[in-house]
Amino acid sequence: MKNKISKLYLALVFLFLYAPIVVLVVYSFNDSKSRGNWGGFTFKWYLELFRDRDIKTALYYTVTIAILAAVISTIVGTVSAIGIYNMKTSRMNFLLNVNYLPIINPDIVTGIGLMILFLSANIKLGFSTMLLAHITFDIPYVVLSVLPKLKQLDNNITEAALDLGATPFYTLKKIIIPQIKPGIITGFLIAFTLSIDDFVISFFTTGSGVTNLSIEIYSMARRGISPTINALSSLMLVVVLGLLLIINKRTTIPNKE
Amino acid sequence: MNSKSRYLAYPYSIWMLVFILFPLFLIFLYSITLRNPNDIKTITFTFENFGKFFDPIYVNVLIRSISIAALSTGICLIVGYPVAYLLTRAKDKHKGLMILLFILPMWMNMLLRTYAWMTILGNTGLINSFLNLLNLPNVNLLYNNKAVILGMVYNFLPFMVFPIYTALNKMDRSLIEAADDLGADGFTIFKRVIFPLSLPGVISGIVMVFMPAVSTFVIPRLLGGGKNVLIGNLIEKLFLVTRDWNFGAALSMIILIIIFISIKILNILKIDKESGVSI
Amino acid sequence: MKKYLIIITVLVAIVLSGCSGSEEQALDIFNYGQYIDEDLLVEFEEEYGVKINYEEYPTPEDMYTKVKAGGTDYDLIITGEYMIERMISENMLDKINFDNIPNYQYIDKNFKNQPYDPTDEYSVPYFWGTLGIVYNTEVVKGTPDSWDLLWDENYSGQILMMDSQRDSFAAALKKLGYSLNTTNETELEEAKNLLINQKPLVMAYIVDEALDMMIADEAAISLIWSGEAVAAMGENEKLNYYVPKEGSNIWIDAACIPKDAENKELAEKFINFITSKENTLRNIDYVWYSTVHTEAAKEVEEFLYDNPAFNPSQEDIDKAEMFRDLGDNLKLYDDAWTEVIAQ
Repeated sequence: MKNKISKLYLALVFLFLYAPIVVLVVYSFNDSKSRGNWGGFTFKWYLELFRDRDIKTALYYTVTIAILAAVISTIVGTVSAIGIYNMKTSRMNFLLNVNYLPIINPDIVTGIGLMILFLSANIKLGFSTMLLAHITFDIPYVVLSVLPKLKQLDNNITEAALDLGATPFYTLKKIIIPQIKPGIITGFLIAFTLSIDDFVISFFTTGSGVTNLSIEIYSMARRGISPTINALSSLMLVVVLGLLLIINKRTTIPNKE
Repeated sequence: MNSKSRYLAYPYSIWMLVFILFPLFLIFLYSITLRNPNDIKTITFTFENFGKFFDPIYVNVLIRSISIAALSTGICLIVGYPVAYLLTRAKDKHKGLMILLFILPMWMNMLLRTYAWMTILGNTGLINSFLNLLNLPNVNLLYNNKAVILGMVYNFLPFMVFPIYTALNKMDRSLIEAADDLGADGFTIFKRVIFPLSLPGVISGIVMVFMPAVSTFVIPRLLGGGKNVLIGNLIEKLFLVTRDWNFGAALSMIILIIIFISIKILNILKIDKESGVSI
Repeated sequence: MKKYLIIITVLVAIVLSGCSGSEEQALDIFNYGQYIDEDLLVEFEEEYGVKINYEEYPTPEDMYTKVKAGGTDYDLIITGEYMIERMISENMLDKINFDNIPNYQYIDKNFKNQPYDPTDEYSVPYFWGTLGIVYNTEVVKGTPDSWDLLWDENYSGQILMMDSQRDSFAAALKKLGYSLNTTNETELEEAKNLLINQKPLVMAYIVDEALDMMIADEAAISLIWSGEAVAAMGENEKLNYYVPKEGSNIWIDAACIPKDAENKELAEKFINFITSKENTLRNIDYVWYSTVHTEAAKEVEEFLYDNPAFNPSQEDIDKAEMFRDLGDNLKLYDDAWTEVIAQ
């Protein structure tokens, strides 16, 4: 009985999460440009997608920056979280408070603040500035994801390893990181998610023709968001789902032994 | 670990100095100076910008923003905790897949997802069309506070679930078994063992949801129909339309101060260092 | 370990390929979203052997904030007339060399010598339109012709206003018979109260959603720009548009060149390129906004030509007022508008 309720609950939550996604996908086949109207079934937006140069450019930059920012901020964030965890309380609190700032600050404040920073240093806005900005707002979330796991660490094991002659690096690699791995992974996922979907901060820290999907979409809003975006989102969904299922199949087959 | 590992945080500390503190300092400067209409480099220091906040309109907007954010955070916690718990109980081979499935919707653009909610909730939207089919009257689901809260919960739920999940995952099962052996019932086990151990994750989740919720502006603008202006909308307008960066900066500072004060209060209430997270 | 090396190499390669500057000359354009037929960009690139870096922005305010701060080098910006006025007064624009734009002769003189660029030295008109009201003919009785419709209690809860201080105040001010650029505090106070009283009747203060909502029959009446109205009427035949008889707002989007643009001449050539009759017609076909081009206007498709949103009467145009940049006086509108929406 308990099992059934659990499954039902999860199913409901997933239904809630995916309801708008389903709507998005359905409207990617809408033969009308407006989401207020159902004009019939069509593939034309998918075809149009391949001709649209803006969207292709935006997609390239979006994915590139998201992956780079997520990877870099996960590495830096994890390492820093370990460092912060080992500090004296007062120091740790101070650093954590500063770490929180990008999370607390409205996007517009972070975005404009970084824009002014780059411009005062005479750095031309473009790919690198957008990447730096993304890393800046991603790292705090990684730190926040890893830190709880660090708090759960059993210090005895670490000390035992060190006592037995393991180098700090070895301890890090073989003892600590495996234990905080869930935190690292969720930190990475959150960072990636934030970067994929950021508009305000990206808009104010980019230039030189570098753009991302969010900027494209927000700029489209005035004239109505073209269903080519729905088509793109649906394709992305299918690709990622496909990858997930493939990876899942490949990692479960060994278990069947 | 050993004391040397704290040096690991030094690179990031420098990063924070440059990319977080310095821009913040600039914003702080804006908040305590007056606007130069002619771009002359005269700086007049003032607290006038902060004074402007104490107009009842702004105070009300801030209170409303904090209440809605708090409510959304609470709902996220109540809905999200069981989800996190159930995810940890999934078979290992399914866990990764389910986690990714959980976050996948967030990779679709937020504006698009919010528009999709408008299609679902609107007067001529999916839900109301369905009700009409059953000859039931329309329900007003959009352009009010409820819609805004729904939107916030929708957008921020994964940020609550993930930290709790990581805290609950690979939790020492032996502790639960021990409590069970000692005769504790399910509720007590939860209250005394599971929840306290997951507290660091819970607090991370609350931070990751409440903070952005206070300052978000897209959701109230679209789902709230512009009638429930939140502090995020005001600040965005101040920076972009009104171009009163000084007042906008002051408002941001005020939010920062209020949140840090609440954190300090939470810290005082926190019992011990083992289970709590120093925020 | 090898796995990590491979990943890092790949990442570095991606970054380098993304950051590398192009040797070709590049024209940097900053425009509203979906506001140009992109085939024109491709053709220009091929014809002139250059690359176009095309960026878009959601609102003129976003654009202004970025450009004002510096560090961007756009060669060409297309934006609203009130923003151009502001940028001229703040010395942010270069004077255009019209020798490079012979097609300028085809721009309707109705759009020249306007208050935002009185000497016509800084901008070339692109598209124009009016601010008006779109309504669902099946819900609204009779043929409305006044701003009063937005305050009509019979349609309470079905009215859409804009989350934009200038536009919503324009409706209120015009209804009261005042200028939509007024800085007279009594007049503004009256308009403000009118808007506050209207609030219970308003379904939502929208930004861009009027189009979709009117098409979906979600609302019955909306304050709207003519361009959106044309698109809405194209998808929902029950809709009609009018410019209220008390007078309304006329707006122009124009192209301008920021100061110290690196490729000024190329930008001017681009302006000339898109203002040829053929290219203007293609652009109209994509954008569906009213055109400033005298020759192209004669050849637009009939369904556009007959549309009152696309082609308002001369009378409506004469009575219409353009937004002026109010500078610091904008504060009056801000404060008043904040009072309206924050209640």
